Amino acid sequence: MSTFKEMRRGAVVSVPMIVGGIPFGLLFGSLASSYGLSPWFAIAMSSIVFAGSAQFVAIGLISIHAPLWVIVSTTFIVNLRHLLYAADMVKYVKHLPMKLRIIMGFGLIDETYAAVRPLYGMGVVDEKTGHKAYLGSFLSFYVMWNITTVLGVVSGELIPGMSDWGLEFAMVATFISIITPYLKTMPFWFAMISAGVASVVLVDLPNNLGLLVSAVIAVSVGYFSDAALNKNKPPMAESSVGGQS
Amino acid sequence: MTVTESVLVIAGMFIVTFGVRFVLFARAHKVVMPVFLDRALKFVPVAVLTSIIAPMIFVSNHQLNTSFNNPWLLGAFAAFLVGLWKQQQLLTIVVGVVVFFVAKYVFS
Repeated sequence: MSTFKEMRRGAVVSVPMIVGGIPFGLLFGSLASSYGLSPWFAIAMSSIVFAGSAQFVAIGLISIHAPLWVIVSTTFIVNLRHLLYAADMVKYVKHLPMKLRIIMGFGLIDETYAAVRPLYGMGVVDEKTGHKAYLGSFLSFYVMWNITTVLGVVSGELIPGMSDWGLEFAMVATFISIITPYLKTMPFWFAMISAGVASVVLVDLPNNLGLLVSAVIAVSVGYFSDAALNKNKPPMAESSVGGQS
Repeated sequence: MTVTESVLVIAGMFIVTFGVRFVLFARAHKVVMPVFLDRALKFVPVAVLTSIIAPMIFVSNHQLNTSFNNPWLLGAFAAFLVGLWKQQQLLTIVVGVVVFFVAKYVFS
C-alpha cells in the first residue's frame, strides 16, 4: 500500500481526537495572550515544544512568575508518562532510521499513541507500514495544534464559550473505543478499574502526578494479576487484542 | 518576560519534553526489553488512557459526580457498553458523543 494511504489511515483514526483538540488549541492561544505573553512565544511553544497539557501548566507558571527551573522540571513531570508510551513503542521503531525516530519521538503525544498503537495490535499495520500511519497522525495533530494556537492568539476564543461545549468528550469516547477491545481477559479489567479508581482519588495531586502514579499502579496491577492468573501459561499473545479491522 | 527568558523557557521545555519521548527511541536498536517488562507494557494503553479520562468522567469541580444527570458519565457509560458489545470503534464514538450531547442539552 502506498505511503500516502498509510498516512491517511493514521490521520483518519485521529479525526475524533483532532476535533476534540480544537478548543484546547484555541484556549491555549487565547490564554497565552490574556496573560500578556507575546504571540510569538505562544506560537513557538506550540511548534517547538508541542505538548498540550504541559503548555497550559507552563503558561500558568509563567503568569505567576515562577523561576525557569520550576517551569522546566514541572514540564518534565507532566510529560513523564510519554516514557511509558516510548517503552511500549520501542519494538516498532528499532529497525527505523534515526531521522525517522527523531520525528516520531518529537510527535509522541497521547493522541497519536492512542490512535496508532492499537493498529499494530490489531494487525492493521506492521513494522513496515506503522510508522507511516504514525506520521500521518502526528502531522494532522501538529497542523491542528499550531493553526488553533495562532487563531487563539490572534482573536481570543473565536466563538465565545466554545471551551464549554464539551468537545473534549470526543476524546473521552475515542479513548473508550480504544480501551474496550482489550477487555477480553481479567488482568485488563483489573488494570482499567485500578486506573479509574486511582486517578479519581489522586486527581488533586499537582502537575499531572495523579495521572502518572495511577498509570504506574494500573500497569503493576495488570502485570501481577496476569502473572498470578497465568502462572504456568506463556504470556498472553497480543493478537488477543482487538476484534476489528 | 525578556527575549532571553522566553528563549530559555522554550529551549528548556523542548529539551525535557523531547528528551523523555526520544531517549528510548534513540537506543531502540540496542535496548533489549526484559520479558517481564514487555509483559507489563501491554497494560500501558488501558492504564494511561483510563487514568486520563476517568477524572474527566467522574469529577466535576473537584467533586465526585456519579449522579445520573452527569452527561460525561452517561456518554462514557453508553460508549463503554457499545464498545464492549459491538467492538466497532466509530459506532462506539458516535453513540457516546450523541448520548453526551443529548444529556448535556436535556440537563442544562
